[in-house]
Amino acid sequence: MATALPSVAAPRRRLSQGTRHTINGLLFASPWIFGLLAFWIYPTLASAYYSFTKYNGVKNPVWTGFANYIELFTSDGEFVDAVYSTVYFAVVSIPLAIIFAFGLALMLNAKIRGQVVYRTLYFLPTLVPEVALALVWIFIFTPHSGLIAAPFRAFGMRGPCWLTCAEWARPTLVLLALWIIGQQIILYLAGLQDVPQDLYDAADVDGANIFSKFRNVTLPILTPVIFFHLVTSVIGALNFFAIPYIMTGGTGFPANSTLFYSIYLYKNAFHYLEMGYASAMAWLLFMFTLVVTLFIWRSARLWVFYAGGEE
Amino acid sequence: MVVESGQLPPAYANDRSRRLLLKRLRGIVRVILIHAGLVPAACIFMLPFLWMLSTSLKPDVQFYSYPPVLIPSPLQWSNFPDAVTYITFFLYMRNTLTIAVLATIGVLISSSLVAYSIARIPWAGRNILFILTIATLMLPFQVTMIPLFIVFKNLGWVNSWMPLIVPHWFGGALYIFLLRQFFMTIPMELSEAARIDGASELKIYYSILLPLSKPALATVAIFEFIARWRDYIGPLIYLSKQELYTLSLGIYEYQSQYGAEWGLLMAASVMITLPIILLFFFLQKTFVQGIALTGIKG
Repeated sequence: MATALPSVAAPRRRLSQGTRHTINGLLFASPWIFGLLAFWIYPTLASAYYSFTKYNGVKNPVWTGFANYIELFTSDGEFVDAVYSTVYFAVVSIPLAIIFAFGLALMLNAKIRGQVVYRTLYFLPTLVPEVALALVWIFIFTPHSGLIAAPFRAFGMRGPCWLTCAEWARPTLVLLALWIIGQQIILYLAGLQDVPQDLYDAADVDGANIFSKFRNVTLPILTPVIFFHLVTSVIGALNFFAIPYIMTGGTGFPANSTLFYSIYLYKNAFHYLEMGYASAMAWLLFMFTLVVTLFIWRSARLWVFYAGGEE
Repeated sequence: MVVESGQLPPAYANDRSRRLLLKRLRGIVRVILIHAGLVPAACIFMLPFLWMLSTSLKPDVQFYSYPPVLIPSPLQWSNFPDAVTYITFFLYMRNTLTIAVLATIGVLISSSLVAYSIARIPWAGRNILFILTIATLMLPFQVTMIPLFIVFKNLGWVNSWMPLIVPHWFGGALYIFLLRQFFMTIPMELSEAARIDGASELKIYYSILLPLSKPALATVAIFEFIARWRDYIGPLIYLSKQELYTLSLGIYEYQSQYGAEWGLLMAASVMITLPIILLFFFLQKTFVQGIALTGIKG
């Protein structure tokens, strides 16, 4: 009898350990389970509901069906401006950011003196609060009298009108965004330092020159970093808000050229109190982000190289 | 090719030393070329902060002087004391600091608990929870912005710091992800041995995992503190009472209908930026590792 006891107790004990793990797991995760429900899942669902209503945030929402979406697509000129500006910004700034961040990281990765100093300096604009950065940029980019005008004046030219005219405002913001790539430079640098040296040694034996080494060794191994940069910067570019909002006061001046999607959405929600309309915009943005991200994800198998499989 | 490593016949010695010289020369040219690319880039990246610093030390008349002056003379140090009295600078700084510190403490406690649950406790729901966590990183903040505003408005939290602090006490997706990655690297045997000794999960979390995870926790603390210190849209949405303003809202007060007080504005900007630069300078390693860690597995 006594010998049978352990064999009865053992399965019961294992079972109770499983249950204990579940209880502990739930307890430890409980802040985030609540956080997910309260700050992510509920608001996402509520936003979907609001997008089908007319809602000013005070009175109860009134169901209007697809009216918001129809209005956005058929009769809102500012929406079209906002979409154009945002897509322009994403399409132009993301490839440039990848090229510059990758290029600078490549140069930094050469075994040279002062790597840490350079890295710190490249990271500097990323540390400046956006408000301060935006304000100093306004100051620097004042046409004809700001610091940026100086090289043009030296040659007796009038420089571009930068943020004060419609044809230059968007390119100027792309240029400004290229200042804040410090984090990406560090990512590429970390990726480069993970490239196994023996691959380069093998390439040397084959008599590869610097370009074919880059093409056949460095680039393939860095594709996961490029992939990560691409996905995060698409989301970042579609949410571009603080800097243009601060620089223009959210007016979209000049001629709506800086009226980015997030700014127009924010104005609808908090200036015009069209919260239903703004929610429809938010959901369109969500869907668009999802489609683009999935597309990049699906394309990954064609160009992203995972050494020895994933993980 | 055998010649390379073996002893050289005298006839080749001269040739070899010339080749070595050529190789070294090529190395030097390469280093010079790289610096020639890196130095201009460094100047461009420094420009906003340098110009901010320079302008903060200029008297009014020199702001738009041509040719531009980098080091003003005389240095107008008075812009700094003037800047802190022109607006209620220290009040805004205290507000910003309060929000940033409270949010950081909250995010550290909650995210590490949740990451512990996902990484260290084998329970059925943890994978779903992890996938949901990653999914929230894809969600644009505009989607949740409006309903959250309504919720906080109904709670009477608009024009208080609560919406800027409380959500952070319930975990941050990026930090949960980051800490989970780190916790996974700590050998599971440590936990199992402690469990056999009868230690509770809370005890294992507190006395084994946390002490081993100081670098990762430091990364989370720095990232969150800086994010809150720099936050613009949060205060913009929720704070309209001046006495609650953070620095990023208060700084607007240097602008009036007569134009901006550029010297004071830039002095204030320098004072806002300097703490972050110092943090970065002293904790550079933690920073760099943290950024690298977020990118390892997209």
